[in-house]
Amino acid sequence: MSTEARTLSQKVWDDHVVHSEDGQPDLLYVDLHLVHEVTSPQAFDGLRQNGRTVRRPDLTIATEDHNVPTENIDQPIADEISAKQVETLRVNTDEFGITNYPMGHVNQGIVHVIGPEQGLTQPGMTIVCGDSHTSTHGAFGALAFGIGTSEVEHVLATQTLIQPAQETMSITVDGVLPEGSTAKDVVLAILAACDTGGGIGAIAEFRGPVIEALSMEGRMTVCNMSIEFGAKAGLIAPDETTFEYLKGRPNAPQGADWDAAVAYWRTLKTDEGAVFDREVVIHGEDITPHVTWGTNPGQVIKLSDNVPTLDMFDDPVARDAAERALEYMGLTAGMPMKDVAVDTVFIGSCTNSRIEDLRAAAAVAEGRSVKDGMRTLVVPGSGLVKKQAEAEGLDKIFIDAGFDWREPGCSMCLAMNPDKLTEGERSASTSNRNFEGRQGRGGRTHLVSPAVAAATAIAGTFATPKDLA
Amino acid sequence: MEAVHIVQGTAVPLDRSDVDTDQIIPSDWLKRVERTGFDKGLFAEWRDDPTFVMNQDEYLGANILVGGPNFGTGSSREHAVWAIQQYGFAAVVSSRFGPIFRNNCTKNGLVAVEVTQEVGDQLMAAIQADPTLELTIDVERRTLEAPALDLEVEFELSDSVQHRFLNGLDDIGLTMQEDASIGAFEASRPAFKPTTR
Ligand code: SF4
Repeated sequence: MSTEARTLSQKVWDDHVVHSEDGQPDLLYVDLHLVHEVTSPQAFDGLRQNGRTVRRPDLTIATEDHNVPTENIDQPIADEISAKQVETLRVNTDEFGITNYPMGHVNQGIVHVIGPEQGLTQPGMTIVCGDSHTSTHGAFGALAFGIGTSEVEHVLATQTLIQPAQETMSITVDGVLPEGSTAKDVVLAILAACDTGGGIGAIAEFRGPVIEALSMEGRMTVCNMSIEFGAKAGLIAPDETTFEYLKGRPNAPQGADWDAAVAYWRTLKTDEGAVFDREVVIHGEDITPHVTWGTNPGQVIKLSDNVPTLDMFDDPVARDAAERALEYMGLTAGMPMKDVAVDTVFIGSCTNSRIEDLRAAAAVAEGRSVKDGMRTLVVPGSGLVKKQAEAEGLDKIFIDAGFDWREPGCSMCLAMNPDKLTEGERSASTSNRNFEGRQGRGGRTHLVSPAVAAATAIAGTFATPKDLA
Repeated sequence: MEAVHIVQGTAVPLDRSDVDTDQIIPSDWLKRVERTGFDKGLFAEWRDDPTFVMNQDEYLGANILVGGPNFGTGSSREHAVWAIQQYGFAAVVSSRFGPIFRNNCTKNGLVAVEVTQEVGDQLMAAIQADPTLELTIDVERRTLEAPALDLEVEFELSDSVQHRFLNGLDDIGLTMQEDASIGAFEASRPAFKPTTR
């Protein structure tokens, strides 16, 4: 097997096969299992009912993120059902001996933000979580993907997962990005090219000069949205940027272990001559700021474009979907995107809530004021991101400009906590899903980068920082 | 899970593409800590609308859900599968499924039947025209049949999933029999791999 040219994802996969049999899915070992309150209660219950234990609590970590309020967190959670779910996680992690970072703890945060920040996410690992955006961790050259609750139970009990082989897909972003474009625009452009189904059945590897030039934060933003074009996972070969990010983090290897780890990590790249099942190439030069106009992330255009008209869709299924989306979104076909007025801006989520995202938004907000009547939420991805931002004075910049500075959590990304859109409200959001009702029943979501979100908060209509006077 | 051999009955035509798991079961419903009671949350945002297809009398009692392409994309919530099952569906038909949803179906014995776009369109139209149209999904033969349309197509179902469906087997129990291989693998893991302690 080792003589054959392999892709990065195949190497990581091969290194985790516990058991393999012809015609059967592989049994893969799981290096890290991330747990949160929403998709785990039924799994722990299953263990209990069958008298099973957690095989490796030391490879499992939990945090509270989806339900937690982003204000008044010293008070008990007001929503009784949310409170019960969070309490259930505490009881379960206690009973099964799993470390949990509860609301208010400095290490608490969105599950995909805390793994990398604690140095738990490292190249060449297999990482799973009952959450589809687990692909975020692929930024480190890890094979990371979302699983369902039955699989959460399976991993808790056995530290393994049954996985059928996947196809491989290469997404190359060549050239250089125009100034003012960000990692979010890169992934939105990838979605425009692949639509919501282009990655189904495949593990995508992002490559090329544009990807290599991204910071770890930017790479996480790109990998985060792999699931949005249907890929099982998305990953990027580790390099000096990766090692630099990891060095000195709490759980990163040290001393001789560090050297051994780096030596191994350097082998984690696609071999010359390895063949991918699918290949997509995108030109960096074409990637200007993007925005979604519809109700799935594949319905995306350049911010400088007009809302599409129905005659632009040849495929009848896509045309029907576009027609429904325009109606739901309350948009007129053909109108300039920049004329669309927004009433809510959300800067947060596992796509864009890391320190670099907040810096980008703050750079736009500095010395300016949010448009009158605009609701704005800035929700850091974790307690540590919040602390860092405050140390840099970003909180003050946001507050002075009229933004609301909140406590960490998923917040308005999926509106399980009190941060919701109401019927007909329109948001510019740095999150990853613009589905109907995702941010609150009847709410209308447009996905954008942090810089565009901040500029939009100031302009009142969709805008890039360059559009601001 | 319970064994499934054949799903036979009538179907609800959910004529929309890109029905994601947020639509199947909105996030409010994810707050439950039990594994039951999700039937009422199925398509909750659409159910209030009296014209919504599941509210039509002629489709009451159907046990197969026929959706448009890209069914079950989005969030990994297994609650979507539980909601569909608990409502009374034993199978879902689409020309393309979200991969996590499809995999979650296999863990719960919900039969996900992937057909071509052409067959999907044909079924959708036929069920809309005749709500009493009978479908038979045979897990053993991996076929979907609509005798009234003279239609019989095969669908993909891996041997291992089929085996578990036919025998109602639990994955975890099967994997635990591999305890020795798991232990051996663990013994060979490099020392630099992180732990959460
Ligand atoms: S921030 Fe949003 S996408 Fe990310 S884990 Fe939370 S709910 Fe899921």
